Amino acid sequence: MNAAVVVNNLTKKFGDFTAVDSISLKVETGEIFGFLGANGAGKTTAIRMLCGLLLPTSGDGIVAGHDIIKENEKIKSSIGYMSQKFSLYPDLTGKENLVFYGSLYGLFGDRLKVRIESVSELLSLGEFIDRPAGSLPVGWRQRLALGAAILHEPKILFLDEPTGGVDPVFRRRFWETLYKLADKGTTLFVTTHYMDEAEFCRRISIMHRGRIIELGTPGDIIKKYNQPNLQETFISLILASDNNG
Amino acid sequence: MSSISVEHIVKSYGDIVAVDDVSFSNESGKILALVGPDGAGKTSLLRLMCGLLDFERGEVSFGSINLRYDFEEIKKLLGYMPQNFSLYPDLTVEENLKFYAGLFEISKKEFSRKKEFLYEFSNLGPFRKRRASNLSGGMKQKLALSCALIHDPKILILDEPTTGVDPLSRRQFWDILKKLRDEGASILVSTPYMDEVVMSDRAVFIHHGKKLTEGTPEELTAMYSGFVYTLQVKPTVDTMEALNSIEGIVARRFGASIHIYSDNLSKTEDISETLADRNIEFSSLAQIEPELEDVFIQMMGN
Amino acid sequence: MGKIVTIAVKEVRHILRDRRSLFIALMMPVLMTLLYGYAVNLDINNIKLAVLDYDNSSESRELINRFYHSGYFIQSQSRPELSDPEKVLKLTDAIAVMIIRPGFSKAVIDRSEFQVGMLIDGADANMSSAASSYSAVIFNQFLISQMPPETVIPGVTLSLQVLYNPDLKSSHFFVPGLVAVILMMISALLTSITIAREKETGTMEQLLTSPVTPRQIIMGKVIPYIGLAILDGVFVYVFAVWHFGVPMIGSAVLLLIIGVIYIIASLSLGVLISTLVNTQQLAMMAALTATMLPSVMLSGFIFEIKNMPAVLQVITHAIPARYFIQVIRGIMLKGAGLEVLWPQAVALMIITLILLGLAAKKFKIKIG
Repeated sequence: MNAAVVVNNLTKKFGDFTAVDSISLKVETGEIFGFLGANGAGKTTAIRMLCGLLLPTSGDGIVAGHDIIKENEKIKSSIGYMSQKFSLYPDLTGKENLVFYGSLYGLFGDRLKVRIESVSELLSLGEFIDRPAGSLPVGWRQRLALGAAILHEPKILFLDEPTGGVDPVFRRRFWETLYKLADKGTTLFVTTHYMDEAEFCRRISIMHRGRIIELGTPGDIIKKYNQPNLQETFISLILASDNNG
Repeated sequence: MSSISVEHIVKSYGDIVAVDDVSFSNESGKILALVGPDGAGKTSLLRLMCGLLDFERGEVSFGSINLRYDFEEIKKLLGYMPQNFSLYPDLTVEENLKFYAGLFEISKKEFSRKKEFLYEFSNLGPFRKRRASNLSGGMKQKLALSCALIHDPKILILDEPTTGVDPLSRRQFWDILKKLRDEGASILVSTPYMDEVVMSDRAVFIHHGKKLTEGTPEELTAMYSGFVYTLQVKPTVDTMEALNSIEGIVARRFGASIHIYSDNLSKTEDISETLADRNIEFSSLAQIEPELEDVFIQMMGN
Repeated sequence: MGKIVTIAVKEVRHILRDRRSLFIALMMPVLMTLLYGYAVNLDINNIKLAVLDYDNSSESRELINRFYHSGYFIQSQSRPELSDPEKVLKLTDAIAVMIIRPGFSKAVIDRSEFQVGMLIDGADANMSSAASSYSAVIFNQFLISQMPPETVIPGVTLSLQVLYNPDLKSSHFFVPGLVAVILMMISALLTSITIAREKETGTMEQLLTSPVTPRQIIMGKVIPYIGLAILDGVFVYVFAVWHFGVPMIGSAVLLLIIGVIYIIASLSLGVLISTLVNTQQLAMMAALTATMLPSVMLSGFIFEIKNMPAVLQVITHAIPARYFIQVIRGIMLKGAGLEVLWPQAVALMIITLILLGLAAKKFKIKIG
């Protein structure tokens, strides 16, 4: 059992609207998987189902060894989640935020202290850890949010547009950190609108109108459609999909 | 005469100097990109240009009108799109447009002509009765732009208009900007996307509130000092460590390959030797042209 | 003008689309009126009264009847063997004892001097003061009923409060004051929140770069809320008259006119608050603190201004609710007109102009 995420025909309907339309995919342990798609394609809904926050209308899946329907509470303790929205308390310092999130996952005492130290070293948080989170530049806030998401050493990390609005220098550094995590065996499931970041992923899927319309390594997909880069491939794929239906 | 002109602007918050003696200009029919890391002072600069912030020194003028003396005249010329989603989420697409039309005292007849025109290029027509809160990110940004365009501004100031927007919507958004530019608008846009900088006529790099440099995308790319190589190899931690241990080079993952940056000398031999020593196989090592992002990272790093 | 209308229309849309807030804005005043109307009910009923009637005439029985049917007094335990009024107070559950000596009926008919004794247990100060004022009223009503209409009864004096609230119902006193408190609170709260919301969402940036003046923004934002506040005021007013039976003796038109001035003062206070804060949450807290406390504590709503320490008395002059409470009580309970209430009306006008001017001046054209 080597796959971190396996889902089959996962579907979510809100009334008449099908947000996620029968998606199936498999993500290997330690893989960096790019979950791409246009705005409103259904990515966030899909991720919520994978994290056990939302029950699917039909279909099934296993995340971190737990059934997403029957064991959705267990999933929460084996995954980390970081969203595009700033999820830290702006009036608490970085450290206070980490202590808070750590204790939510049952970390306390020396264990919590050791984890906070190792996380702040991994993310080079340095002096920033003692400043109120709200006063930090966007790039540092994102790192801190990542820190909060990996305190409990999750097997799988879900990142929903972690680098939105962050400048190229910070984005590079952020991805260096993600590689380090992947090398240690953490599975990363990432959504992004930056196609250069998508090329950092081992495999990607492209979602449109609730369906996965392409799945594979970035190189293979670019070659298949004979485009110069992933950005052009993405645009032409979505346009073609719109024209066909 | 330049349609946007900023001269020696200084703006500080207490002891912190947010904008430090910045000057640039942009002509009609051109797109100028404002590029810099977070906290570089881009938003402060754009806000003060729109009269939203006081500043200590310097002059901002649009055409022959100085911001300090005739702000009301400038408001008629200016279309501004703030960084955050700045529409009324509980109003529909059309109600948002109508609201701004009312503020600019656009007649009913003129508005019905204008809105059809805006719907046509934004493709928002089918969604005119939808509330702004129910639009996707790309559509929201197009609506915000449409609201900023309701009075045919000659000058557009856009603060990171495509952040969080998918590549296709971004492409469509820029198609609109290019069309406006070709019709003679002067556009100033801040962006974190290097591919958008490449689509602009000129770009200004700012860092810590200061202007680092400016030029056309080609001129900026040519400013890169040093060499870039691409190495086709499995980018494992060991490989990265091995490469970064070589003096004078920096290795970074770039998709499935690795980009290697070296200051001045050709380092190909060092690289192949080091990899051979550690029994790391690689398929190719070649020098490539630096990209704008490489220039940005180099400049911000120094 | 067109721009003000544009902003006002947009504001009306916000109000109508946010159904939950609208519901709260309309229901909260009614709920508050109900709560205050009942919870702050200072009426004292069921005062246990014993009577030692040695006159035993139709007049004495009529007087006793009036007491027991007033709704305020009930009969205490009967202990006929006790003849000493003090013992009655001590040994029965009576709180008051009335002693009618022989010769009462004769004195009533002859209009000669006569004293009816009333002994009240002063242990419960509230109860005893209520008992004494109620008995004075009932006794006077009895005397008036016994006299031909044109007769003047010498020596009859009543306190002002009793005069203007002859039934001594505290709801008549409180509910009009409540209209003032609620209008102030709701108006300041709603405007400060709506402006803070534009700051929070970033729409204020776009508004300020459009060719509109701060004055136009304030007017456009405030006008719809004048309507909403009037609606609230009418709700509470109707509720006061129908449910609590508060009389409306004076002119409703005059009340509405002064009411609108008061509402504008409250809305301007809301705008002023919103210029000082940047988030809706802060706006709400600031508006509640700045309106609730002074309007309840320092306006004469519950506590009489003339009983306050001198410093506080001076401060009350700056509180709009002080004047409006006098106006609304004057109009509803006393039927007073502008010839009496003009000082309050003028004071309200001045405060409104000051607040409006401050709000327009403080309203920033810059965001930082």
